[in-house]
Amino acid sequence: MSTRGRLDHSAPERWFGFWRRTYAMLVKEFIQLRRDRVSFAMIVMIPVMQLMLFGYAINTTPRHLPAAVLLQEDSDLGRSILKAMENTAYFRFTREVGSVAEFDDLLLSGKVLFGVEIPRGFERAVRRGDRPALLVAADATDPVAASSALSSLGMIVQTALAHDLYTGNPVTTPFEIRAHARYNPAASSRLNIVPGLVGTILTMTMLIFTALSVTREIERGTMESLLSMPIKPVEVMLGKIIPYVMVGFLQATIIIGIGVLLFGVPIMGSLLLLALLSTLFIATNLSIGYTFSTLAQNQLQAMQLSMMFFLPSILLSGFMFPFLGMPQWAQILGECLPLTHYLRIVRAIMLKGSTLQNLQHDTIALVGLMLFAMTVAVFRFRRTLD
Amino acid sequence: MTGAARAEIAIDVRGLTKSFGGREVVHDLSMQVRRGSIYGFLGPNGSGKTTTIRMLCGLLTPDGGEGTCLGFDIRRDADKIKRRVGYMTQRFSLYQDLSVRENLEFVARLYGMADPQGAARDMVRRLGLAGRERQLAGELSGGWKQRLALGACTLPNPQLLLLDEPTAGVDPKARRDFWNEIHALAGEGLTVLVSTHYMDEAERCHEIAYIAYGHLLAHGSVSEVIAQSALTTYTVSGADLRELTTSLAGKPGVDMVAPFGTSLHVSGRDRRALDVAIAPWRDKADLRWEEAAPSLEDVFIDLMNRSRDNFQ
Repeated sequence: MSTRGRLDHSAPERWFGFWRRTYAMLVKEFIQLRRDRVSFAMIVMIPVMQLMLFGYAINTTPRHLPAAVLLQEDSDLGRSILKAMENTAYFRFTREVGSVAEFDDLLLSGKVLFGVEIPRGFERAVRRGDRPALLVAADATDPVAASSALSSLGMIVQTALAHDLYTGNPVTTPFEIRAHARYNPAASSRLNIVPGLVGTILTMTMLIFTALSVTREIERGTMESLLSMPIKPVEVMLGKIIPYVMVGFLQATIIIGIGVLLFGVPIMGSLLLLALLSTLFIATNLSIGYTFSTLAQNQLQAMQLSMMFFLPSILLSGFMFPFLGMPQWAQILGECLPLTHYLRIVRAIMLKGSTLQNLQHDTIALVGLMLFAMTVAVFRFRRTLD
Repeated sequence: MTGAARAEIAIDVRGLTKSFGGREVVHDLSMQVRRGSIYGFLGPNGSGKTTTIRMLCGLLTPDGGEGTCLGFDIRRDADKIKRRVGYMTQRFSLYQDLSVRENLEFVARLYGMADPQGAARDMVRRLGLAGRERQLAGELSGGWKQRLALGACTLPNPQLLLLDEPTAGVDPKARRDFWNEIHALAGEGLTVLVSTHYMDEAERCHEIAYIAYGHLLAHGSVSEVIAQSALTTYTVSGADLRELTTSLAGKPGVDMVAPFGTSLHVSGRDRRALDVAIAPWRDKADLRWEEAAPSLEDVFIDLMNRSRDNFQ
């Protein structure tokens, strides 16, 4: 006799019942979503922010790339060649160096992407018709960044000669530009991508490990008991980060191992340095994830924060698109991301054989970011339930 | 108060006040708990018991008021208090995905005990959990969870136990065992502050306090609280008590009519008014009237009714 009995036996009722229950669930979900104001704001803000950010920042044919010049002689011809190079809009001469060692150092540390050397007696040799060589060395670890600039070099000879016509012979050019794609001469994108993946994968996994750690304790109710015991915020933080440093180290070993064994990526530099700096990078990401955990009110927010951090890490760090091709403001933003620094480190050690001295800036940046995240986390950690 | 007297007091707070979102949850609460006593904290749901306990152990900062817990200032010395207090939360808050022994070892290590594994092993034995020490805490039944939680908060040898409704939802046998354990601990010199809804548990306390709507309404030993209430109670037994209930309820002088099994408790604060109100039924042949001491429950319900009139 119950209404339920009737509902169960009539097909239309069953059909409406289906929708009624779905509707009940739907209404409940909307109410819960609306209550969680922060998550709701993130749902709207994240896509808008990220689209604006990446839309303006990303540029696959980077221009105005920093280059160093080693002038062994000061001549009109040399100057017009440099001018012609700048006119292609690919090169921007940021430094003038005095020695080959300094020239190599700048390339190794990644401060410039190109180096141009105008040899001594260059102009005289051109006048004599000796066809001297002009060296353009490129950091080709990222083939995308280097290739369009290198391919523009062919026109430079013509442009430069338009101003200074030294020879009447139109068939042979009076000098030769010898482009030297260093570190990745075959322009294999794999050599660039695999070390980059090490950093990207570590960022993603490490961030998630700790991003949920505090919110999980709160949601499971274990935080109340933990806070009633004599433990300090720093101790909670380190206790939660350190186990994952080991997990991250294992992960890094696996990824780098596969990179070397299966993809043939070399490790030109010191393996110990690579291990040390990778550990630093892992700890930095774990600290940032933990900070998110203290900022978020629930696990959903912690995940959203992590994603909000992860996407720019991929797009603005130089992993997908050349870092130096981005506008200034995007580069500044990129400098705040640990992945940017680690990509330079891991590519430099694996492909260029750079030393700690070449990489000191990026190392200091990673340490700084880690300490900053840890400080925020310790201060944000609520010691009471107020 | 002399130094010696202060040493006898485990909890001494004055004027504690706490609000959440503009709503005052605890109002001007003062209490003293003697060392080595079992102090029962009673009151309806949402009366501020949990909030008070959390303020005592430093989990919440009072908006107003001051005091000491084990001689340490509750505002400034939260860390020192935490080291000496065992707090058992209302909701099970140990790690469900750790085993019994792992949970205990975690607590022992946190408090810096010399031999965490040994301490955990001893506690497993004391709790009667031998054979279950490898079981995940989340898989234990309600009663065992409570025992484990009690074990975890007594493990670091605290001087004060704060137990927030430790026996809610636990069967009578487990409840009795639990209370035997609490008495044993108090016998060892531990001070125990325990909140509860159960009247029989209140009667097992050395002293009780009743709190409603954030106000501490009565405190003392059970007999003192009953005496303070100045409640007159009659027990009526006989036929058709239902009709009597409806007739008496709301009459001037009758503050409470509550059925207790086959009898009825009729209570009033003003003895004369109560006698006038019940006079028409007093001499009915089928009703047997007997004056009795009010039960603790009568007193509490009366306190609650009165406080509702005053504070809501």
